Amino acid sequence: MKLKELVEYIGGSVVCCEECLDREVECAFASDLMSDVLTVKSDKLLLITGLANIQAVRTAEMSDLQAIVFVRNKRVSEDMIRLAQENCIVLIEYPGTMFRVSGLLYSLGVKPVY
Amino acid sequence: MHFEFKVQGGDFVRAGNASSQVKKILKQLNVDSSVIKRIVVALYEGEVNIAAHAFNGVIYVDIDTERIIIKLDDNGPGIPDINLAMQPGYSTASPIVREMGFGAGMGLPNIKDNSDDFKITSEVGKGTCLEILVNLKVNQEGV
Repeated sequence: MKLKELVEYIGGSVVCCEECLDREVECAFASDLMSDVLTVKSDKLLLITGLANIQAVRTAEMSDLQAIVFVRNKRVSEDMIRLAQENCIVLIEYPGTMFRVSGLLYSLGVKPVY
Repeated sequence: MHFEFKVQGGDFVRAGNASSQVKKILKQLNVDSSVIKRIVVALYEGEVNIAAHAFNGVIYVDIDTERIIIKLDDNGPGIPDINLAMQPGYSTASPIVREMGFGAGMGLPNIKDNSDDFKITSEVGKGTCLEILVNLKVNQEGV
C-alpha cells in the first residue's frame, strides 16, 4: 500500500519528504536496535523505532528503507531531516507506543518480515 | 578506482559518511541495487565498529569492473577472541554505543553474511583489520 494511505490510517505526522508519500510499503520491522534492522533483507520496508537519532536515518539509508515511524512521541532533529531529505526517506512522528502502531499497521495489511 | 576515508573513534555523528559516499559511487557505476545494499550494509557495520571500539581507523576501497574490496584498518584495543566476537549476540559495546542503537552483537556476523569473502585479523593493543570482498555482478554472488 502507499505510504500516504498508511500515514492517514495511523494518524502520524509527516516531518519531511512528503513528495515521496506515493511509495509502496509491503512490510514493517519494529526495533530500537539498528544492528537488528541491518540484518533485514526485505524490500519496500518501513521501520518503526523509538530511537530518534542520526544513526536511525543512516541505517535507513544503507538498508534502502522507504520510511521511519518514530514512536513514543520522539522528536526528529534538524540533522536527521537533512540526511533524510538527501536520501528521500519519509520521517513520521507518532505519539503512541510501538505496540499500538504495529497493531494498526498489521490490521491494515502490512506484513512482518518473518 | 581507489578511495580512502578516515574514521574517528567515538564520532557517531559522522559514522556512516564513508558508507554513504561509497553508496553514491556504486549507484553512479550502475551496480545492481541488491548488491549495493549488501556492500553498504557490510561497510556501515564496519564503520560503526571503528567509531564504537577504536581510537581511529582508515577505510580503503578498491573498485574494478568485477568486484569491490574494502579494507577497514583501525588503531584500537583489538579483539582477544575472534571466534567469540563472530558469534551472533556477543558484544563488548559500551552503554553509549548501545544508546546509539548498536552493540547487539550482530555486526561482525552480518558483515560476513553480506560478503562474498571476509577476513578478520586482530592484535590486542594494536587494532583490527577487516577485509570485505563483494562481487559486483549479481550472478557472481557467493562465488
